[in-house]
Amino acid sequence: MREILEQCSDPVLGRKLLDRIRKLAEEYKDRTGREPAFMEVCGSHTMALARTGIKALLRGHVKLISGPGCPVCVTDQKDIDAMIQLADGDGRILCTFGDMMRVPGSRRSLMEAKAEGADIRPVYSPDDALKIAAGNPDKEVIFLGIGFETTIPVLAATLKAAKERGMDNFSMWMTTKLVEPVLRVLLESKEVRLDGLILPGHVSIVIGRKGYRYLTEEYGMPGVISGFEPVQILAGIHRLLELVLAGRAEIVNEYSGVVREEGNIRAQQLMERYLEPVDEAWRGIGVIPKSGLDIRPEYAHLNAKRRFSIKVEEPRKTKCRCGEIIRGVATPPECPLFGKACTPARPIGPCMVSSEGSCAAHYHYMEAGDGS
Amino acid sequence: MCMGVPARVVERGDFDAWVDVMGSRMRVGIIFVPEVRVGDYVIVHAGQAMSVISEEHAKASMEAWRLIADAGDS
Repeated sequence: MREILEQCSDPVLGRKLLDRIRKLAEEYKDRTGREPAFMEVCGSHTMALARTGIKALLRGHVKLISGPGCPVCVTDQKDIDAMIQLADGDGRILCTFGDMMRVPGSRRSLMEAKAEGADIRPVYSPDDALKIAAGNPDKEVIFLGIGFETTIPVLAATLKAAKERGMDNFSMWMTTKLVEPVLRVLLESKEVRLDGLILPGHVSIVIGRKGYRYLTEEYGMPGVISGFEPVQILAGIHRLLELVLAGRAEIVNEYSGVVREEGNIRAQQLMERYLEPVDEAWRGIGVIPKSGLDIRPEYAHLNAKRRFSIKVEEPRKTKCRCGEIIRGVATPPECPLFGKACTPARPIGPCMVSSEGSCAAHYHYMEAGDGS
Repeated sequence: MCMGVPARVVERGDFDAWVDVMGSRMRVGIIFVPEVRVGDYVIVHAGQAMSVISEEHAKASMEAWRLIADAGDS
């Protein structure tokens, strides 16, 4: 098994696949007069495409557009501000995934709030927050639950554990996002011309290949579920080109070692039991009906939104174009702040902060080659 | 944030398991993969094993990709 995993990064195999992709892309260009355009809708893919050089190496052959796949980036500014404001109360410990720490709020970031004395702790797993709650019975421990379908079952598992252990000082502030509603909005808006989708490998573990039927049945849009190592991504792009050239709107699972047809049923059941669909606001897009999941009323005691009164004002406006970048309408260098006022050291928008943000990926890996 | 890392299961209990991630040992939940066995590889995300990697499928994919790649040599 180890050998197979290692082969996923084999440079010789990668180079050959790259050549095959370029050949198919030329065929497509000869036929249509334009480059094929694919969107990845996973922040980990965005980062992998930039870090491995695939995006730069395919420039002029395949147009790779980053979509709404970074959970921190797609979270509406008002929700970010609300989560940061939670740090204000006495006797609270705020636990969060590390990605959130430096995301700018209208007034301050969680990092700045921590520097000012708030007890904010980045954790690897929400289970770590439960341990912190158990060790601090006199404090209210709040976990900031953000993420897509990959993370949501883990959040539901944490709610289950908190309920079973009868913890009364733990709650979760959820702003989760679902892939299907936002893809529907993007495809219906037709703002960006797309020929195919590179589908998120780890979201797909949970929802399965069957979770994308609507793409082909309602939109005629092909997609390939891909892993994250260079060879896996290149094989995914190659397959997508084959589908597009053959005019076949199909969803192909090129990550079948990890993703099953039906997804992970246990994860789906746990989500269903603890969470219900809610309207969620997306940065740069607005409110999308039933595009997220939040805690069911029967577990309201675990819902931080019910336990703490938070009122936020309208967010401060900036020239940040994260909202358009998330939709694939603009590229990072098209933002007037990119690389000047907004850098990883002094970020203005979340796309520059997150380890999966398009702007951070572009800044770290694409600048020398000027690749958009 | 949806990143998952492959890890090899070295010991398992009822609800969690010890895994080896590139030489480091860590404990992960296995409620989503109760079928997991010692020696299996899993994808770990935020402290939970989310999927057991199928060696058979992973191998078949790799063979198919090599065929595509080598077709360019001929």
